[in-house]
Amino acid sequence: MTVTAILINGIAIIAPSIAFIKDKEKAVKSLKVAGKSFIRVLPMVLVIILVIGLLLGFTPPDQISRFAGEQSGLWGVLLVGAVGALMHIPSLLAFPLAASLLENGAAVGVVAAFITTLTMVGIVTLPLEIRELGKEIALLRNSISFVIAIIIALIMGAIL
Amino acid sequence: MSEQENMKEKQEKQGIIRDLITLGVISIVTLTLLYIFPDKKEPVLSTPWNFFIEMMLILPAVMVMLGLFAVWVPKDIVVRYLGKASGVKSIFLALILGALPTGPLYIAFPIASALLKKGAKISNIVVFLSAWACIKVPQEMVELQFLGVRFMLSRLSLTIIFVVIMGIFIEKVIGWREVTKNGC
Repeated sequence: MTVTAILINGIAIIAPSIAFIKDKEKAVKSLKVAGKSFIRVLPMVLVIILVIGLLLGFTPPDQISRFAGEQSGLWGVLLVGAVGALMHIPSLLAFPLAASLLENGAAVGVVAAFITTLTMVGIVTLPLEIRELGKEIALLRNSISFVIAIIIALIMGAIL
Repeated sequence: MSEQENMKEKQEKQGIIRDLITLGVISIVTLTLLYIFPDKKEPVLSTPWNFFIEMMLILPAVMVMLGLFAVWVPKDIVVRYLGKASGVKSIFLALILGALPTGPLYIAFPIASALLKKGAKISNIVVFLSAWACIKVPQEMVELQFLGVRFMLSRLSLTIIFVVIMGIFIEKVIGWREVTKNGC
């Protein structure tokens, strides 16, 4: 178990304990919410795990590094960034996917682009965003987010 | 139960069904491929299995935090605090409120919409939304777990810088467009 895992689980034991002392009813309610959200996300976790498996098993590492490795340069960053913008998965699941890409020859910048566009740009949720915030803000936010994701990716690629 | 809550529940159910169908399809595809290429079993299953274990070690804890925040922090807290805040302090406030461990981005849209109606600064709204999208506390923890401290910290600091710049920029653009519209 890593330090991060121990830390998170520590908080997840201490925080509800304090909650229980303060207000039992509310504490039970929040644990119910936690259980529900966990079950809700489980199918998607399994989907991502299987996708990672297929990706690793059936795409040779030299293919991954051709499309997303160092030499793929700006095109790799743009291509994978665009994939991230189109994908609609819980952001927590982006990280194991990103880690597996990194281990199999993808460049740091490309992986950073993927995570950043996946979380910040939402093509699937764009109609909803337009309805709530108006065309102007929604379109500006998504397009500029894409641009800054690419800039962040290029800087990350250069410094790491 | 209000009509809105009814609709939300219906969408939630549709989401679960969609996820389960996706899982079913991908399982069949995986099983078929492994049946045709039995020697691929090891690479297809070993690394993902480790990821799965890692995920299971932290996911329940992350969900407990989400649950606590969902029940303890009232939804209108953001609107109350960010509604009329301005200046450098409000940008920090927007970052922190957005980073609290709460649900996916589409939950934040109605909150942002309420902020907009209340006349909050557009820079604050954009920074809040972006922080919600990609500076969330549990998200950073999972990133730390899977990608390491250097990756996580560099991406986090770069994101904060650019998100703030974007917020101010969008506010300027919209303000400028309003001026030209009124001028004509």
